[in-house]
Amino acid sequence: MKIHEYQARELLMEAGAPVPPGAMTETVEEAVAEATELLEAGSDMVVIKAQVHAGGRGKAGFVKLVRTRDEARSAAEFMLSNRMTSPQTPPDGLEVTRLLVASGVDIESEFYLAITVDRARSTYTLIASAEGGVEIEKVAEESPELILKEPLDPLLGLQAWQARKMAFRLGLEGKQVGQAVKAMMAVDSLLRSRDATLVEINPLVVTPASPTHPDGQVLAIDAKLNFDDNALFRQKEIHALADPGEEDPAEVHAQKFGLSYVALDGNIGCLVNGAGLAMSTMDIIKLHGGDPANFLDVGGSADREAVTEAFRIILSDSKVKGVLVNIFGGIMRCDTIAEAIVESAQEVGFNVPLVVRLEGTNVEAARAILRDKQSELPTMRSAEDLTEAAKMVCGLVAD
Amino acid sequence: MSILVNGSSKVLCQGITGASGAFHTRGCLDYGTRMVGGVTPGKGGQTDANQLPIFNTVAEAVEATGADATMIFVPPPFAGEAIIEAADAGVKVICAITEGIPTQDMVRARAALAGFPESVLIGPNCPGIITPGRRVAGTGPTATFQDGCKIGIMPGYIHTAPEDASTGRSVGVISRSGTLTYEAVWQCSELGIGQTTCVGIGGDPVKGLNYIELLSMFNEDPDTHGVIMIGEIGGSDEAEAAEWIKQHMNKPVAAFIAGRTAPPGKRMGHAGAIIGGADDTADAKIAVLRACGANVAESPADLGIAMAEAMGLKTVGSS
Repeated sequence: MKIHEYQARELLMEAGAPVPPGAMTETVEEAVAEATELLEAGSDMVVIKAQVHAGGRGKAGFVKLVRTRDEARSAAEFMLSNRMTSPQTPPDGLEVTRLLVASGVDIESEFYLAITVDRARSTYTLIASAEGGVEIEKVAEESPELILKEPLDPLLGLQAWQARKMAFRLGLEGKQVGQAVKAMMAVDSLLRSRDATLVEINPLVVTPASPTHPDGQVLAIDAKLNFDDNALFRQKEIHALADPGEEDPAEVHAQKFGLSYVALDGNIGCLVNGAGLAMSTMDIIKLHGGDPANFLDVGGSADREAVTEAFRIILSDSKVKGVLVNIFGGIMRCDTIAEAIVESAQEVGFNVPLVVRLEGTNVEAARAILRDKQSELPTMRSAEDLTEAAKMVCGLVAD
Repeated sequence: MSILVNGSSKVLCQGITGASGAFHTRGCLDYGTRMVGGVTPGKGGQTDANQLPIFNTVAEAVEATGADATMIFVPPPFAGEAIIEAADAGVKVICAITEGIPTQDMVRARAALAGFPESVLIGPNCPGIITPGRRVAGTGPTATFQDGCKIGIMPGYIHTAPEDASTGRSVGVISRSGTLTYEAVWQCSELGIGQTTCVGIGGDPVKGLNYIELLSMFNEDPDTHGVIMIGEIGGSDEAEAAEWIKQHMNKPVAAFIAGRTAPPGKRMGHAGAIIGGADDTADAKIAVLRACGANVAESPADLGIAMAEAMGLKTVGSS
């Protein structure tokens, strides 16, 4: 689960990380009022950022630095009355309903700071770099020696000495060290208390020296948090932060039926049991020249109703020109799938080619059901094995 | 021979009175597994539908039954500590079937397990482990088997014991995916290739036994002639296993990596199946496995054939 930048900022602040002053606003008037307040309190500039889950905001004009009340007004008006489009959004863009208005800061140096799950070590690892403010994947690829890592004890978490060690390795000096340690400890506490799988501050900045802060100030400017979906049952506050408007409605709907669904760009719908087999089914479609329209794992214990719903979701995608059903019955019984196919034919109707490959538990009973109802399923073809099924559906869709 | 479990393994079910625990306890008994009891706190002293004794704690169950293996169907909020309880009671093979355990709970469980070097964890979020038994009667789903050990949710009848393998060859299977494992096993059985033991290591990012530990066990097992390794997008386990294969493996390895067509940044069903960076992709894993000598199947339909080829067996047709 992902949350908005302004929410991440609030959680970081609660955990004790220093952030520049600011607030989330929902109207042009609120945004202008907040910007005015910050400017009057002594900020030279204010940054206004659209709160959407997609990246590429800066290039699209949805992150703006303003220095006056009028500039703030025109920036807020633009963002709240236009849809944001970037390479990471759907072609028709995303509606912007919230703006983060925060004090802009001068930057002396930028750092990257994160704690994330370390799968290879079965623990968490602190990751930091003096190359902040840019895409960390790029740094990792081009100059991996600039990425510093500190594995954490799985039970103790980040210890202050480890944070200090990291701060010195990053080249911080004087009072910056203590401030950076505080930010790192906040990241660790946030990760554990909220069951996050990633807490990332990028950039963590040091501001230039000033009379009030002779060593500069360490501030978290932007943050990204990912939460463990498996832990949402005990993270009610985090779960409540989910923005349904940011999620694919079909995926949310599928979850209600215990279905795991991800929409893709192709035209061959797939209905499969098991995540690995579902991914492989997409792969084999591609291998034989087709293009999968979705990932769909009905799971091991789906009943007829859930499977029928799965067909409804697949067929409601207007791009779908054919459907491949690939089931290896283990816990899932093939006859349940066959009954759901018959029910879907009656309720939803298959007006596109349907290729069915069934193997495993109760496959004979399933084949008998489909044979009996052949007349109600004019577009259905049965395949003997996975390769034949993939070739068949690709051929039928290409025709 | 086999690894980890065999016909004499005595198996418990933690969460035996839940719907899944009860259903699969029955399935394991039907396959011939020596199920010896179950654990549900508060229901100690009762028996389940199969007359198996139920205990309040794993320690009591182990003391009374001598169980050395367990399958865990405990719901996600309590499954992490159920793993630790099993290790503390001295259970050697802990198989966690439960899907949806919080990552933080698994990090803690793994840390706690370091104090119990005699215990191994399989899973979580996996189909389990099976050492196939010899077929004694019938065919297909109604066949009966003996001397095998099925701990988990996989359909037993698709497996072939080494004694029943017409080619005289048998393989080990290690997989992050459930149904894709069945696919591989089914293809092998159709080709007359037996299986010594099949292990589902699960689809979670933090888990128990991983490819390298299991490859090493299969490497030592005289009846295992090759290994099928099934991976997917996300993490670096397959790449690390590939390096290990290159340096240590003295048996042929066939592999398949699911998710070549998966988009980056999207979780594909399994909690661990998500592309975060370039090394997470199927293509990167396939490339390193090939460079390290594994025979990687292009298609999930060719897993059995890829294994047969790698072992030098002649097969008819390929797709």
